[in-house]
Amino acid sequence: MLLKNIDNPDSADINVYKNSGGYSSLLKALELQPKDIIEEVQKSGLKGRGGAGFPVAMKWSFAAADPKFPKYLLCNADEGEPGTFKDKIILEKNPHLLIEGMIISGYALGAECGYIYLRGEYPKSRDILNKAIAQAYDDKFLGNNILGKNKKFHLSVHFGAGAYICGEETALIESIEGDRGQPRIKPPFPVNAGVWAKPTVINNVETLSNLPYILEIGGEAYSKIGTPECPGPKLYCVSGHVQKPGVYELPMGTTLREIIFTHCGGIKDNGKLKAVIPGGITTPILPPDKIDCPMDFASMPKYGSMLGSGAVIVMDETVCLVKVCWRALKFLEHESCGKCTPCREGTGWLRKILERIENGNGSQEDIGLLLSISSNMMGKTFCPLGEGAASIIQNFIKHFRPEFEDHINKKKCSVRI
Amino acid sequence: MTVLSEDVLKEIVSVRKKYPEATGAVMPALYIVQREFGYLSFDAYEVVSNALNLPRTIVKGVGTFYAMYRHEPAGRNLIQLCTNVSCMILGAERLVDFLKNKYGLEPGGTTTDKRFSLMIMECIGACGTAPAMLVNDDLHENLSEKSIEDILEKYK
Repeated sequence: MLLKNIDNPDSADINVYKNSGGYSSLLKALELQPKDIIEEVQKSGLKGRGGAGFPVAMKWSFAAADPKFPKYLLCNADEGEPGTFKDKIILEKNPHLLIEGMIISGYALGAECGYIYLRGEYPKSRDILNKAIAQAYDDKFLGNNILGKNKKFHLSVHFGAGAYICGEETALIESIEGDRGQPRIKPPFPVNAGVWAKPTVINNVETLSNLPYILEIGGEAYSKIGTPECPGPKLYCVSGHVQKPGVYELPMGTTLREIIFTHCGGIKDNGKLKAVIPGGITTPILPPDKIDCPMDFASMPKYGSMLGSGAVIVMDETVCLVKVCWRALKFLEHESCGKCTPCREGTGWLRKILERIENGNGSQEDIGLLLSISSNMMGKTFCPLGEGAASIIQNFIKHFRPEFEDHINKKKCSVRI
Repeated sequence: MTVLSEDVLKEIVSVRKKYPEATGAVMPALYIVQREFGYLSFDAYEVVSNALNLPRTIVKGVGTFYAMYRHEPAGRNLIQLCTNVSCMILGAERLVDFLKNKYGLEPGGTTTDKRFSLMIMECIGACGTAPAMLVNDDLHENLSEKSIEDILEKYK
């Protein structure tokens, strides 16, 4: 449903969208009371698709119940987790689906203003979104008097400038307010004191894009898709050593094995699977014997990982996992906002140790040191970025310790990419 | 002292209207000034702070935090090459070496003829078509040494 029409070269155009039934869910929504829309979302069981999997209706009802005004709706289009590219396909191929979802959400929440926080690495998406927003204003889907129904919603794009941390919701708020993107202490939660201290709901692109479909088929029918605990369709984006990488829309709970071997055609060049990072680089890495896990928020922890953004990175046996671990830590060191010491210092320290192991200068004590530093970071950082770094170390060593030891003992890589 | 044209000032004023507070317009205003001058100089912070009536420290704090604001003049064409995990395992590092050897282009550097600058990127969301790069605003995917050479020919 989310990828409907994307093969049409003009799929981003409002007329193509309208001709395929687009904006009819908005018409339906405007005939309902806001509380009825929230109830429909409640029935659907929709969980946020940004990574945390928080129930959407619950978040909305907190914000809707807050008497402060104005309220804001922010779309998190800052998919900066390496491996993740699922939202870009909506932003560029089906932008009106997101816009329609945002107008419906804004009405349900009592928000009259929304921003799409778009990562700076997506200049094409920015241009497409700006054009789509202008079309939606022209057709009176946005503005002061939506479709003559005396409802108001204004929408614009806030273009980020290359900071992964701005995908964290309070850092995103800081960034929209025109500050350095550093996370805030919670509580207060954004639903009560978000952007400009007003009630603010932040939902991911994919989450908001589910709204028109939920209203079209009804919350109850939607809840039958996927698994009972995590209903709905899910966008899985697959990269690395598979025959057919790309974005796949499948029922939530599809197994990792099915995604890799059925939909993506298996391992590239008849290679052998070595490891999978299932939900973006900060989610715990899995060895091949764990890929029968259903990819949903509830099942993945039972297999020792997380669904995250549904960004699957597949690696064959030519990949040096020490190097992958080093590259992931290099990224997180670069992206640490610097606000808290465990993350600011810890990510750099971990990266340096991995670098010397990778370069053949590691010592026998280094694995213990990596584990000690990461356990000292766990639970002590301001936001999940630092914990993500610690988790990468712990899980890479847990599943692939011999490869780290081999690097140290032989003072070189035996695998080499 | 850098002076903004009337049109650029108007653009900043127009962006300001999208936000309830002037601070919201700092990031877009910095992008506008960067587009005009190629990078953000000391003066750039001054003109943005004047245009939005905000303290320069706030504006500079934002400009120095985010990776995509530049503080040195770039070449005529900016190459932003991703080397993060999905791109790395599909050979992005070889492309960095290729740019070094073929064009004398170091990460963070500019060619002597000012034709290209190179930034190593922390993921550009093209993991499914890795390795990938942006040249200015254009995305190029499934790169190889040969395809990079062909692509860069188009940027003078």
